[in-house]
Amino acid sequence: MPQNTENSIGIVETQYFNFDRLVLESGKELADVTVAYETYGKLSEAKDNAVLIVHAFTGDAHAAGFHKGDDKPGWWDNMIGPGKAFDTDKYFIICSNVLGGCSGTTGPSSINKKTGKPYALEFPVITIVDMVAAQKKLIDFIGIKKLLSVAGGSMGGMQVLQWAVSYPESVASAIPIATTMKHSPQQIAFNEVARQSIMGDVAWNNGNYYDKGQPERGLAVARMVGHITYMSDKSMEEKFSRNLKDKAYSFSFASDFEVEGYLRYRGDSFVRRFDANSYLYITKAMDYFDVSGKKFVHEAKKKDINFLVISFKSDWLYPSYQSEEIVKQLKLKGYNATYIEIKSTYGHDAFLVEADDETRIIKHFLERAHKEASNV
Amino acid sequence: MSERIINNTPLEYRKIASVIERDSKVLDLGCGDGDLLYYLSQTKNANVQGIEISEDAIYKCVEKGLTVFHSDIEGGIDAYPDKSFDYVIMHNSLQQVQKIDYVIEECFRLGKKVIIGFPNFAYLWARKDLLMGHSPVTKTLPYQWYNTPNLRFLSIEDFEKFCREKNYKILNKFFFSTNREIKFLPNLFAQTAVFVISK
Repeated sequence: MPQNTENSIGIVETQYFNFDRLVLESGKELADVTVAYETYGKLSEAKDNAVLIVHAFTGDAHAAGFHKGDDKPGWWDNMIGPGKAFDTDKYFIICSNVLGGCSGTTGPSSINKKTGKPYALEFPVITIVDMVAAQKKLIDFIGIKKLLSVAGGSMGGMQVLQWAVSYPESVASAIPIATTMKHSPQQIAFNEVARQSIMGDVAWNNGNYYDKGQPERGLAVARMVGHITYMSDKSMEEKFSRNLKDKAYSFSFASDFEVEGYLRYRGDSFVRRFDANSYLYITKAMDYFDVSGKKFVHEAKKKDINFLVISFKSDWLYPSYQSEEIVKQLKLKGYNATYIEIKSTYGHDAFLVEADDETRIIKHFLERAHKEASNV
Repeated sequence: MSERIINNTPLEYRKIASVIERDSKVLDLGCGDGDLLYYLSQTKNANVQGIEISEDAIYKCVEKGLTVFHSDIEGGIDAYPDKSFDYVIMHNSLQQVQKIDYVIEECFRLGKKVIIGFPNFAYLWARKDLLMGHSPVTKTLPYQWYNTPNLRFLSIEDFEKFCREKNYKILNKFFFSTNREIKFLPNLFAQTAVFVISK
């Protein structure tokens, strides 16, 4: 049973929404799409209190509360719930699994109705534009014309920016966290190492592994690299230092250091919940993401989207300068954009960890957005 | 907290507000906790924004519903389009700026009028400290030489001379000492000054 149910939204359930087809950015078409989603709180009569939470790379629709029988809450439970930053007493929260994912929304591991088998590499390459297009269909289905806010960190932040670019009329405010307007060569490089690790594992078999079991070694190594980029030099020092698992060196290639054990553990547990092909497709979507220059939001109108941009000082995967660039471009286009760089030693992980500071800023920002939205 | 600003407004804020037209656009460089911006938004219906370096102050600004950019002045000021404000304010932040010429020129790129407030280094008690052989420590210059954030130590007369040299027009000037207005020999008796200048 849940251990900490205080301020929790309680037991929640994933729901599913189906639609016929989606025309993708590539020009290809994806048929029979399912979107897994969860909602928390109540939609107001005026339908002006809906907040869309968009998840990071390996996240899912289960952002808060507990699934029946589970003792682990959703991935952003410290931010979503009664009285929390995304206050479920005030707002109607929606979170869906991204297109290309493997937690209920259609992705490469889903069954292709035409063949009766998993898509594998038959799945079309999708982009952040496509992920957001699928979310828009969900929002339309729920009956919301304008979201009070869209919020998310990392790849979630990319989706937030894409919402502002693709559907500016459907968003009152936007909260991109620890993110960028475009993937830098360094960010693409890390993703490419991850992809090569997966594709270099013989078990990957050109993506056709669904009857035999997935390329666990390659996927685990990909995740290990990822985890290093999510931490900071300082957070690793604080967490592991040079601590040994046993008292002395083994003088072998066993994992002597705690940090080695941690990475192996993280890699091994990850392969049990995440599909290797999804890892390829989603990293590619991130690498293609670029809303800089002329592709960015249009010039602000008199009453336009309010932005809150958040970065973290020790985040070297999505460094603060990338967030500052977002804010500068927004300001040059006449938007109201608030920016804060939060002091933290947790690196990129900070957006999931620094709930107190994020709450302090997001709570008031949302209150203002809500007040302005209901004054229209 | 917000009521405190409205009910117990420092005289300097009221004087600054007196020159600001209703519904105008205001940028405050080094806006601190956002008290002045909040006051202007409430009393003048001004559309306000700020730039501030302190993380803690950013939280306080957002609590007041303000739009703020977490940055130093020099790094944040280039993010705004030309002529996007009616007033650009530097209240007690000018003396902490490295490139004064550049920042004031940038202020005029962004806004029609620039409002600058600073502590007067030639204030009587500061002079007394100097005469006694010490660096001045006063109410408006509360720091010791080793911990002051101030890079510039200017007097009212210095600033007027600066404006003459740069051909900046002085539209208004106000002088204060402990929440009172000073009219007589301000360079000697005023602790702080506020100038409204234009090109």
